Amino acid sequence: MIERDTVWRALETVLDPELDEPITDLDFVASCTVSRDGVVSVHLRLPTFFCAPNFSFLMVADAFDAVSALDGVTRAEIVLDDHHASEEINGGVAAHARFVETFAGEADAELDELRRYFLEKAVIAGQDRVARPLVDAGVGPEELAELTLGAAPASPDLDRLRRRRAALGLPAEDDAPLLIHPDGSRVSSAQVPLHLRRARLTRLGMESNGDLCKSFLKTRYANTAGTG
Amino acid sequence: MYEKNGEKYFVVDSHMHFWDASRENWVEGRENLAKGWIDCFYGYHTLAPPETHWTWEHYLKVSEEDLMKDVFEDGHVDKAIFQSTYLKYWYKDGFNTVEQNGSMLEKHPDKFIVNGRWDPRDGEAGLRQLEEDARRWNLKGVKLYTAEWHENGSRGWKLTDKESYRFLEKCRELGIRNIHAHKGPTIWPLNKDAFSMEDVDQTATDFPDLNFIIEHAGIPRIDDFAYMAVQEPNVYAGCSVVIGAHMHARPKTFARFMGELLFWVGEDRMTFGSDYNIWTPKWQIEGFVDWQMPDDEAFSDYPRLTTATKKKILGLNAAKLYGIEVPQECRLPEPPSIPEQPGEQLADESTPAGAQA
Repeated sequence: MIERDTVWRALETVLDPELDEPITDLDFVASCTVSRDGVVSVHLRLPTFFCAPNFSFLMVADAFDAVSALDGVTRAEIVLDDHHASEEINGGVAAHARFVETFAGEADAELDELRRYFLEKAVIAGQDRVARPLVDAGVGPEELAELTLGAAPASPDLDRLRRRRAALGLPAEDDAPLLIHPDGSRVSSAQVPLHLRRARLTRLGMESNGDLCKSFLKTRYANTAGTG
Repeated sequence: MYEKNGEKYFVVDSHMHFWDASRENWVEGRENLAKGWIDCFYGYHTLAPPETHWTWEHYLKVSEEDLMKDVFEDGHVDKAIFQSTYLKYWYKDGFNTVEQNGSMLEKHPDKFIVNGRWDPRDGEAGLRQLEEDARRWNLKGVKLYTAEWHENGSRGWKLTDKESYRFLEKCRELGIRNIHAHKGPTIWPLNKDAFSMEDVDQTATDFPDLNFIIEHAGIPRIDDFAYMAVQEPNVYAGCSVVIGAHMHARPKTFARFMGELLFWVGEDRMTFGSDYNIWTPKWQIEGFVDWQMPDDEAFSDYPRLTTATKKKILGLNAAKLYGIEVPQECRLPEPPSIPEQPGEQLADESTPAGAQA
């Protein structure tokens, strides 16, 4: 029989693509139950009634895929609660419909490009997370331009950056430079200051957005912590 | 006017509202949308200092007297610019229409400026309405809300839509120079990022004689906004929400936002807006005048704010955009300081940057 912990670990791999954080950390999982016959029921909740339907769809669809792929799951029911597009999204994902069919007439392409765009931002922001402590410790542009992933101090942020880079098909091996442009090319030492300035700003945008979302979720579901 | 330590600040609240989200105004069968909308706004409201919080009921609709007291009597504002948001898909008479705002202008002609609005999906009728509004309210600006749902089933539009350009040309013809663009949660097509700034970028290039004030500085896409603003001299950072949602609730984030905007956009292209009725202006203005970049090492490469910087942001920049006369005692000494936009030199990646990483 499938264990609830196993389902939870699968949900931990589902990211809010806009914020680049797991839906479990964001408290977006309102409930998660597993029946004896392997039916998994997950309810998701979001910070506002008007959260963008595209990101919302991706989270519901990714949760569906992650849970369905587990051995022992006979059926996965993923339900988005309290959202202006709940009906379309829940119906679409349950019917294995893609985004264009789910929002017929309102979308002209699938969400791959959108996902990619935000993964690219995550890779830029991630470079600041890894490099900033080094900058603060006095490491200069030349050294930073030469620094490889393998030589950067080990940290969860570094692992996360590698995973995002790998997902985009960007160099993620030990010998790959830490600082890269969106196309994967090396950042020259002369470009380091501006590159990091931009990385810091992108990180600020994503993290402050995440903070806002968390505080709205807290207000919206005051005193109703996700039962996880 | 706000006075502190002998300095006089002329305050233009360049982004505020007089809304009606009362139950009586909810469209039948769409109550969930009407409630969802105002609940969402109420979430923002709670980011202000607790002593300024209103009850949810009061938040639905304030009286004229409340507004006059909150904004002018207590709020230090000299001139307030109404930005309309229609949302007629779920608010019967609209959330905050030109007519509602205009009624306040008629009663207090020296206090307000009313901005219009248009929606390219309204076609010819919309163009005629814009002409009429421009005459009636002497429009100098419009607020464009691209996330508005439309009765034709569409849930948003882009500034670069072909019809939108006809309206922008009409603005040009009517002498409407200030385009306040506001990004929201839905847009056509739904697969695109609703907060994307690409359309503003293109439009600002195509209409160099119009000013594009991007409300809440593009947050949550402040990075995309900054890279656009650094290249488009007619793009401004509307600081509504920047201050209201962060100065109290997230002071460190606020400091970073200010530092980044001063670096990339510069103090001459930032404008204050209280976003009333989301928040009242009093605490925002008083707090901002008292505010300074933290001394921490982490903020050391951000510029510190001078009194002149604050005067520009709180009122002088918007006064310039709208041709509002500023009392002599509140002006900055002539000649005006050299516009600062330090980010410009870094915009060209081929130039080796001198600034420390």
